[in-house]
Amino acid sequence: MSDVVEKTLTALPSLLSLDSQPGSAKLSSTSKLGNLIRGITELTSKHEEEKLIQRELTSIKEQMSSPSTSMRQMKELMVRAIYCEMLGYEASFTYIHAIKLAQQGTALEKRVGYLAVSLFLNESHELLLLLVNTVLKDLQSTNLIEVCMALTVVSQMFPKDMIPAILPLVEEKLNHPKEIIRRKAVLALYKFYQIAPNQVQHIHNKFRKALCDKDPGVMTASLHIYLQMIQENPEGYKDLTASFVTILKQVVGGKLPMDFNYHSVPAPWLQIQLLRILSLLGKNDQSTSEIMYDVLDESLRRAEMNHNITYAILYECVKCIYTIHPKSELLEKAAKCIGNFVLSQKINLKYLGLKALTYVVQQDPKLALQHQMTIIECLDHPDLIIKRETLELLFRITNAQNVTVIVEKMLEFLQLNEDDYTTTDLVGKVAELAEKYPYNEWFIETMNTVFSVGGDMMQPDIPNGFLKLLSEGFDSVEEDRKLRQFAVDSYISLLQGETGKLPQRFLQVISWVLGEYAHLRTDLEPATVLRLLSKLLDSKNTSSETKSWVLIAMTKLCDGRTGISAAQEVSETYSSSLDTVLRQRAQELQHLSQDSELRDRVLPRDTGLEPPEVDSSLSFLDGFVSEALAAGAAPYKPPHQRQEELAQAKTLSLEPYSLSLPISMSSCSITDRQSPTLLSISSGLSGDSMDLSHKGGSTTLKLDGVKRVWGRDGYLAQRESVEEAAKVEVPSPLHSASEQGEAEGAHSQNPTPTPTPEPEQEKQQLASSLFVGLGSQSSVCLMGKAEPNPQRFRRKAKSPSLSSGPSEPTSNSIISSPSTVDNLLCNNLLDSNITSGASQDPPPELSQDLSTANGTCDVEFTDRDEEEREPSLIKDNGVIAHEDKDRPKDLCLSSHLPAELSGCSCSEIIPLCSHQSLHLSACHVQRDEFLVLVVFIYNSSDSDVQQILLELESDQLQVSCVCESPVQEVSGDSVAVCQYTLTVRRPSVHVEVAGVVSYTSQTTESTQFSYKLPLTSFIRPLTVSTEEYGTMWLAFSNDTKQNLTLISEDQESLTASLNVLKRKLQLHVVEIIGMEGIVACRVLQDQPCLMHCRVHAGSLAVWLRSPVPDLPDCLIYHCQRALQEH
Amino acid sequence: MIKFILMVNRQGQTRLSRYYTPVELSRRALLEADVVRCCLSRKKDQCSFVEYKDFKLVYRQYAALYIVVGVTDSENELSVYELVHNFVEVLDKYFSRVSELDIMFNLDRVHIILDEMIQNGHIVETNKSRILAPLNALDKMADG
Repeated sequence: MSDVVEKTLTALPSLLSLDSQPGSAKLSSTSKLGNLIRGITELTSKHEEEKLIQRELTSIKEQMSSPSTSMRQMKELMVRAIYCEMLGYEASFTYIHAIKLAQQGTALEKRVGYLAVSLFLNESHELLLLLVNTVLKDLQSTNLIEVCMALTVVSQMFPKDMIPAILPLVEEKLNHPKEIIRRKAVLALYKFYQIAPNQVQHIHNKFRKALCDKDPGVMTASLHIYLQMIQENPEGYKDLTASFVTILKQVVGGKLPMDFNYHSVPAPWLQIQLLRILSLLGKNDQSTSEIMYDVLDESLRRAEMNHNITYAILYECVKCIYTIHPKSELLEKAAKCIGNFVLSQKINLKYLGLKALTYVVQQDPKLALQHQMTIIECLDHPDLIIKRETLELLFRITNAQNVTVIVEKMLEFLQLNEDDYTTTDLVGKVAELAEKYPYNEWFIETMNTVFSVGGDMMQPDIPNGFLKLLSEGFDSVEEDRKLRQFAVDSYISLLQGETGKLPQRFLQVISWVLGEYAHLRTDLEPATVLRLLSKLLDSKNTSSETKSWVLIAMTKLCDGRTGISAAQEVSETYSSSLDTVLRQRAQELQHLSQDSELRDRVLPRDTGLEPPEVDSSLSFLDGFVSEALAAGAAPYKPPHQRQEELAQAKTLSLEPYSLSLPISMSSCSITDRQSPTLLSISSGLSGDSMDLSHKGGSTTLKLDGVKRVWGRDGYLAQRESVEEAAKVEVPSPLHSASEQGEAEGAHSQNPTPTPTPEPEQEKQQLASSLFVGLGSQSSVCLMGKAEPNPQRFRRKAKSPSLSSGPSEPTSNSIISSPSTVDNLLCNNLLDSNITSGASQDPPPELSQDLSTANGTCDVEFTDRDEEEREPSLIKDNGVIAHEDKDRPKDLCLSSHLPAELSGCSCSEIIPLCSHQSLHLSACHVQRDEFLVLVVFIYNSSDSDVQQILLELESDQLQVSCVCESPVQEVSGDSVAVCQYTLTVRRPSVHVEVAGVVSYTSQTTESTQFSYKLPLTSFIRPLTVSTEEYGTMWLAFSNDTKQNLTLISEDQESLTASLNVLKRKLQLHVVEIIGMEGIVACRVLQDQPCLMHCRVHAGSLAVWLRSPVPDLPDCLIYHCQRALQEH
Repeated sequence: MIKFILMVNRQGQTRLSRYYTPVELSRRALLEADVVRCCLSRKKDQCSFVEYKDFKLVYRQYAALYIVVGVTDSENELSVYELVHNFVEVLDKYFSRVSELDIMFNLDRVHIILDEMIQNGHIVETNKSRILAPLNALDKMADG
């Protein structure tokens, strides 16, 4: 076939010269499009092209704007515009016409309109909104072709916010009698799933129906959704394994209609898709893998035809076999298959074989051993791509014994390579290998090559990692010293040669190492080093950044008389430099070179191991700050807050001021490390003094005026100069500077060398050096997937982040059983409902107290307690509603609940973690203005536990400790209580606090835990009038819409539904007008969210708006759940 | 995943381009020129897959016309290589002996065919008669 194509295409030049040739298709070549195309084919230079296209664009513009242009002509113009854009010339004036064409054209014209839209616009383009109505109309069309077009464009791009508008129509199409419509509807839903997964959550069962569709095309389309869903959560779809296996069996067995075949292979791309799904499902799961062994075997057997597409299937099959739980029979067959690939004369197949081998050797290094001679041949292959892929393979099988040879091969390739991207990538890999196996001289020499070849393109973490490695050292002090000495030697000799071509990064590394370790070489005169360094300063190739590195190195080195005089000379030159950094370094050099005592304190030698403690909260400045504040200075505001306030300076603040943490000026000095946080909150409070009620009076909106907003006009576009509602910016919390102890260095491993075959040829010699060590290891990790890397140094060592907690196996009950979490959350939800009625309307006195803000923390709290006027009903219901008999500990823990919290709604006490004799449990208590997280630390042993340090952190929440002196020790068999206030920083459906507790009993221990709670715990009613609501609505920019099910069908359904929401989620129902209702709430601290509900066609159309991104989406989830659970 | 598909002739002129990941218009011409240079410089006996930055190119030559597909590393290169041929076969079926001129004069139709086969970088249909069904229907509507 391809021969035929080739012949026709070769005949082309002759076609071009003949105008009246019938080959120029259905269009007459005298048409405008024909002219354009002829013009394009005759182009000889870029300049001509530009002239031609500009002329074309002008003519298109003219004709498009003419009212007499018919849709047919418009279609032709559109194709010409597509041509122009394809050549890289923007034709943005045509975009609107493309939308018009899609709207008004018929048949092919309409399709071209849609096509142009999908080619011209990206998903976030605002013009796309204009397409929504057209799509809506076409989806309802009786013409199947129009429905098809609309579904096609929807599955290519659609504005995320408008999905609810067409979702019901698309869902409806899933039951259409025509397969093409059903198939396209599934693809459209796939698109929705990609851009807004929570919007299609409720139709997962329909996906299953699509999977079981009688038409193979529809089933194939649904696989796209499943592939992605399984990638995200393989556990959730294990039950479908058998179905996928059956489908694959039928496809392989040739049960599909003939027209699905490609070169007599049944639906190859479908097979590949299914194999990908199976490998995801079978990964690390023996029982699931067992279901698929048969079909994989059959796939291997069937795919024996000699055609590219069968190889493609085989490749996927082999990958699958090596991904799932291993079965030796299959592995054998797969290995043979890879062998055939690698040995093939077809180069594409060879490439694929190497790629498969690279994937497989991680599990089975023995396989590389089998094909070692082929791999050696590939290493010398003339095609760079094959070479590159081979290196990738070698990189994966590197061990302590072959690392030198493999790195040598990689460096060889680097010398040949010209592509920047590959260089950067490969240099990174060499550095990674070298750092894994740092053998003194070899390591330094390799890194030298890395730095000189990689130059200034390589990732900055390579030099950083190298320096860190050098300074932290390894197991033995003697070895470290040798390594450093060798580095110094190597660099001295480098500097003595030609330095002009060395990359800046390398020079920086050299300066640092010389500055730090030159003294280890006692026979080396510091003056010699200084001279070499100052030579670098004089070179004009040296950048000013490097110069400052050099100056620092000199500062470290300038010992003795000769040193000082050299330093003086240099510092004089640079103390007048235009570069401020350089000038500073020069000043430092000058001062420190004269005062050796001071220098020893500032730049102590050999203390690289202990990182200096950094007080990132700058708490030592607290005294200074409070003095300044007392003298009348304005409190500090972070830049983003300042900007925001500037932006809203001219507008009225429409929100009630929050009752944030009790703060006062005088508390600054007490609160210690957290002072900046508290200060910025207080600044939010003191920023404006206007009262909300005044504003309520000043806005003269009438109620009927507001009603108009809620009528049809409510859907009008937002006014542009809408004022942003004021809100107190919640500053990011300060991260504690304390670092976790570095993990212990991994024990070094020495694989026993294997007897290598007698080397006869050069290649075999190379092979034996490349594949050494693989044989002995292969017996160990044939099945297991352990990485045999004797990693002596963790290159990208970071302090263990708290948020990574859930992935690590801890003794945490919450993590181990997510299902219980859900149950608990439901319970919490119910718990909180009970109190919802009582916790509305915050006491007005409270806000007055805070606006004066003069008391200390303690005083504030006692004030607050007195104001707690909750009836005892809540006390009875709220505290510990679920007491398990087998957990008597909870019962006694609840008695430890702080007295001031006992009146509030409290969640069940959940055990967080247990470590030796220390047991942590927690619950959350809902207050009006904040949420308190109470952590109980129970010590079950007789001895005391000391130096308890509890650190909490959360991505979504702001966590601050309530007490000024946190718990430090717990004596035997007693309970200590810590309280934290939580406010939402970034809304999410469920929020999580991760924590780490470290303590000392006999030894120092630490353990991690996490605590999850629903967003609903943070929701409080927002009491606003309808007028205020109206103004706020227009000011908020983030919104979402969705249709929810009403709880009943009758007349009062709106009121009933809203009451459910009010009861369950503590929302405030502002007003109900006919079939519409408005509701308001806020999420702690002060993030308002407004809700507009309308009963429409038997469902509740909900529209949420908030100034906070994501908040509407999270809230709609909870509303949906609350109504469903009702 | 497929990142883009290009049809380019030996002179490096783009005959068709379709991007499945957003690339700014101003950067497309540069990318295309670079990609073409990458593929044109290769000999016939060399591998049809080329590494390009952080993704791969799969190309296939039909007379003076090159079809180049940019794919991510996780994609099965050989299956994409055959997909290209399937695409050409479909074009051949529709135009009955397709030529470069057919593609140029019917850019819209070629795009419509491609839209049926690949969406958002995923292969969605490979059955030739089903790929052509919507376009054939459109043609019939225009005639009738």
